[in-house]
Order: sequence, then structure tokens, then C-alpha cells
Amino acid sequence: MLVTSALVSGICLGSMYGLIALGFHVTYVVSSTVNFSQGSAVMLGAVLGYVFAVRVGLPLPLAFAAALLACAAFGLLVERVLVRPFASRGSNAWLMATVAGGIVLDNAVLFTFGKEPRSFPPVLSTTPIQIFGTGVYPLQLIIPFVGLGVALGLALFLRRTRYGKSLLAVVQNADAARLMGIDVKAAIAASFAVSTALAGLAGMLIAPLFSVHSDMGTLFGLKAFAVAILGGIGSAAGVMMAGLIYGASEALITALFGSSYTHIAMFAAVIGALALMPHGLLGRAAIKKV
Amino acid sequence: MRSRFPARRLTRRAVLAGVTAIASLGAFPASAQESIKLGLVAAMSGQSAKSGEAIVRGLTIAADEINAKGGVLGKKIEIIVRDDESNPAKGAIAARELVQREKVAALFGGLDTPVSLAIVPFANSSKVPFMGVWAAGTPITRNGAPENYVFRVSAVDEIVDEALVAYAIKKYGAKKPGMILINNPWGESNEKGLRKALETRSIPFAGIEKFETNDVDVVPQLTRLKAAGADALFLVANVAPSAQVVKSLDRMGWDVPIVSHWGPAGGRFTELAGPSAAKVHFIQTYTFTGKLSAKGAAVLDALKKKYPEIKSLADVTPAVGIANAYDAMQLTALAIAKAGTLDGPKIRQAFYEIDSYDGLIKSYKKPFTVENHDAIGASDYIFTHFVDGEILPLTQ
Repeated sequence: MLVTSALVSGICLGSMYGLIALGFHVTYVVSSTVNFSQGSAVMLGAVLGYVFAVRVGLPLPLAFAAALLACAAFGLLVERVLVRPFASRGSNAWLMATVAGGIVLDNAVLFTFGKEPRSFPPVLSTTPIQIFGTGVYPLQLIIPFVGLGVALGLALFLRRTRYGKSLLAVVQNADAARLMGIDVKAAIAASFAVSTALAGLAGMLIAPLFSVHSDMGTLFGLKAFAVAILGGIGSAAGVMMAGLIYGASEALITALFGSSYTHIAMFAAVIGALALMPHGLLGRAAIKKV
Repeated sequence: MRSRFPARRLTRRAVLAGVTAIASLGAFPASAQESIKLGLVAAMSGQSAKSGEAIVRGLTIAADEINAKGGVLGKKIEIIVRDDESNPAKGAIAARELVQREKVAALFGGLDTPVSLAIVPFANSSKVPFMGVWAAGTPITRNGAPENYVFRVSAVDEIVDEALVAYAIKKYGAKKPGMILINNPWGESNEKGLRKALETRSIPFAGIEKFETNDVDVVPQLTRLKAAGADALFLVANVAPSAQVVKSLDRMGWDVPIVSHWGPAGGRFTELAGPSAAKVHFIQTYTFTGKLSAKGAAVLDALKKKYPEIKSLADVTPAVGIANAYDAMQLTALAIAKAGTLDGPKIRQAFYEIDSYDGLIKSYKKPFTVENHDAIGASDYIFTHFVDGEILPLTQ
């Protein structure tokens, strides 16, 4: 029971990490940059979902959609203000700029949304169902499917569709892509919008199981980046797999050895795994095509 | 140079008179000022801002009451508030500024133990009484200074842990309780206290589990405690993480008694934890619900009058902050009146001389002695729980 309940909890959290990490993946494969305010986008999704559903009183699906759109808009803003000005000059300052952007957003939400943690209305999380002797909310079972579905959809989109392939072309050679008639700027901006929308989706999925407050996303963002690197940031399947493995191992370590060791063991394992597989689980060494 | 200075021609007597005049001029505003300044260093912004607001309200209601009766030593009490942002360094600077520039006669402290601990050495060395009204860290008052200027009207972790263990045994017949504690210095300090309280009764514990403020799922930790045979849980965490523990227990379907420190009282616990919130029995020093004493009713009335945003009892939160601050202000005013001066050492001595004070939390008899600077003891705690957003007392 100890192990099964840990696995169920772990896989649910793991698919959340995976969703956020997919956000890192998307921008990386298109522009070789990532948005370090992903954790704040998770928070933004949950907070806006709460505001639209509870304070404005929109029906849940509508509140969800509105919050997702707002998160995508945040992604566009991040790309335009925090990434493009630096990346276009070949500077790596977007690293710090996106971290700073996340901190600014967290604090802005603290002052506007309020200091007290609030509770998201329960969605499929009122009566637990019993599976293998452990209580599970239906929502916890749905989250992994959403995560896997999104990962699969994203992989298919990038590999099989014309527009997806054009996105991947951007990272290979932006100039050549531009000459081929691909709108490079729009492609990169779109990848950031998708990335923050994924984080926002993760935030709204976890919110009914958690509480909504301004600093809820920070640790998620950090773990998700570890997951993205672990999975091989260039591979959607690898990232999702790493998320599930990370979540499950985290819960298992806590269950078997106690929570005092969880963070030490997990982050040490990440370092160890990267030493053995420098490109992550399914990542490939970048080949510079000249 | 000197020969050209007119003062050279002044007689010694005249110089002396002049010096005295100037000195008394400097002293004049102090003796003639209309108010006695008292300082507060607390979190007025950030996550704990609500605690600072409660303390200000408690202090203000008490000061208004005292001032309406003519004040202390014929002067009105004035409260000067500084925000420490829950940051020990900022708190220490604010305390220094209040003492050195504003010349406050005494200081009040806020919610955060680390901030209070940073102010303690300064209060002792500058000989200004420092009254704690919230932070429960044991070493704040038990600081080992030869001349201790730190007093407190609040819970003390070590005594709280003692009370939590006694309650779990008496109420639930706990034989092998487990601990689920937040992973920070507060959790650490209570782990020590709980271990000690269990050891003195030779009761074994099922396990000690820690969790993080932002943990979504505490099921793995709780499953370990359940597997180890825990028959009751001690919970130490603030409101949001406490709610995650309750939600995780719900999901596991594990109905186990929970005896908690006062964390859940700090926010919307019922909203966050759901209906099972009522199962958590937590410690308080005071609650405005239930049958109130005459004093309680009067204070509640004054609060509603002064702060129109207080409409129901659910708005009088956190009650402990208000009540502790109210009694702390009254006791401090008594000490100043007894000392007859604003001199720190004399006020400190006067704290020991307070015989009795009929307060909001209790009737204080000799609240402070040289050995004990904590006015609230083990028998003064009450256990409460949340019912529909209101904190209700439980019978022990």
C-alpha cells in the first residue's frame, strides 16, 4: 500500500512536472532559449483560473479558457520584452531577465491577488475512489492522461505538420528559414505562448488539489527544469518520461526513506544521471550543421 | 581666538546658569511632551501582514482605553509602528531607530521568532523593555542575559508542546503519536519540544515526518506514519501547508486525531482544508467566540467601533494576536505607572512588582518574576477548532 499510494501520487505530480517541462522543450527546440519564469506561469494559470471562476463567476470551462489565453499572452510578453532584445544581440542575458520577470510577476500577484492562500473550487476532487487500497481523486487519474496527450500531440504537430516542421527549421538555421519564407519572429513568439500556456494548464490542473497563492509555482518551475534537462530537452517524449520518473521516484523516496532525504536524493540523482547521460534520457548531442 | 570670544567675560556662575538652562531646554520637551511613545516592530507587509494588523489593533484598543482614563503618568500613550517585513536585519534596525531616535519607553514585537531573536540583544544592552506578543520561540525570553529586558504575553513553543502532548493523551488516549512538521526552524524547535514532552512521559513516537511549505501531496509521509502505527498526529505548520495535510488524510481515508500548534488559526483554514478542517484541534491563547467575559465583550465592541470592516467574528482574526497585544499593552502601562518614570531599568523592575491584572486572556497574578518572563503558562492554553470559518473553543 505504501508503494502503490506513493506511485499514484508520484505519477500525478510527475505528469505535472512533465507538462511544465514540455514548455521548456517547446521554446528550446524553436529558439534555443528557455523561459525561466515558467514556475510563475504555473502560478498565473492557477491564480487567473481562480479569479475568473470565483471572483468573476465565469463557468469553469470558460474560466479555464480565459486563463489559458492570458497565460499565452504572458508568454508573448516574456518573449518580446525579456528574451528577444537579448537573444537577437547574441547575449545570454535572457537567462537572468526571465528569472527577474518571474519574480516581478510573483510579487505583483502578491499585491493584487492578496497575501492569503485561497482554495480553488474542487473539480473531480471531492470523493476519492479506492484503487489498490489507496484513495485517489478522479482528477489525479486524469492529469497523467492530459500530460501524455499533450506530449503526444506536440510531438506529432512538430514532426508531422508543415507548420511544425517549419518551427523546427527555425532553430537549425534562422536565416535559411527566413529565406524559405518562414516567419521566424512569429514562430519563436508562438513557441513562447504555447510554453506558458502549458505551464498555466499545469497550474490549473493542480490547483484543486492544492491552494492558490503567489509563490506556489517557484518549486514546480525548478523541478520542471531539472526534468527537462533529465529527459533531454530536445525530446518531448523524453521530457514527459523524465517527468513521470522524477515524480514517482520523489514519492517513493519519501515513502521509503522519509521526507528529510527527498530533495537531497532527487537532486543528487539528477546530477548523477546527467553525468552518465549528458544529453538526458532521449536527448541527442546537438549536431551543428554547417 | 578665545580672547575674542565674549563668553570669556562671563562669570562662572553665569556659565553654569546658561548650561543648566540649555540642558533643561533639551530636557524640556521630554518632560512636557503630551505622550509616552511605545514602539512596535512587526510584519506589516508580506505573507504575515495580517499578524501585524492584528497586533496593531490589539495595542490600539488597549491604548485608547488607557488614554480615555487619562493615560499613564498623566500622559497619553502613542504607538509608533515599524514594518520588519519578517526580516531580522530590518527588525533590528527598526528597533534601534525607535529607541535612539523616537526615544520609545518600550518595544513590542511581532510574529516572527527570528526577528524577535535579532532584537533581544539590543533590547538588553540598551536597557529598554521588549514585550513579545506573538513569536513563540523559547529562547526569546529565556535568553540567558544577566539583566533580561524581554517579557512576553504569548505562547512559548516548549510549553505549547507540553500542552499538545498532554491533550493528545488526555483527550485521545494516545499511546504512540506521530509528528508531521513543517521543514523549517519552527518545525525543528517543536520537534525538540515534542520529543522532550514525550520522553518525560516515556511515551514512544511512531515517527517524525517533515514536509515542505509547497508540498502538494503529503500522502507518502502520512502513509509512513500510519504504517508505523501512529494513533494521533502532532501537526506544526502554517495554514496552507496544514490544509494540505488534512486534504491528504481525507484522500487516504485515515481518520486520525490531529493535535496542532496554532498555525491553522492564521487564515482561511476551513476554505483551504474543506469540511475535515474541524477535525484539527489546535492551541490558542484566546478566542472571541463562545461566551465572552465582560472584558471580552467590551474589547470586541471597541474593535467593531474602531474598525468598521470587522462585521462578524470571522473578521476578528487572528484573535490571538489581538488578545495578546491587548493584554501586553495593559501590563506594560501598569509597569510604567508603577515605575513612575520612563527609565528602562525601573520599568523592568516594575514588571516584577505587578501583583494582579484582570485581563482579557485571564486574571494575571504576579505575571512576571525574575525567573519567569512569560505571563502565559501551560494552564492558560485553550484548544479550539474551526467550524464554518469560525474558531470555536473545545472542552478539554
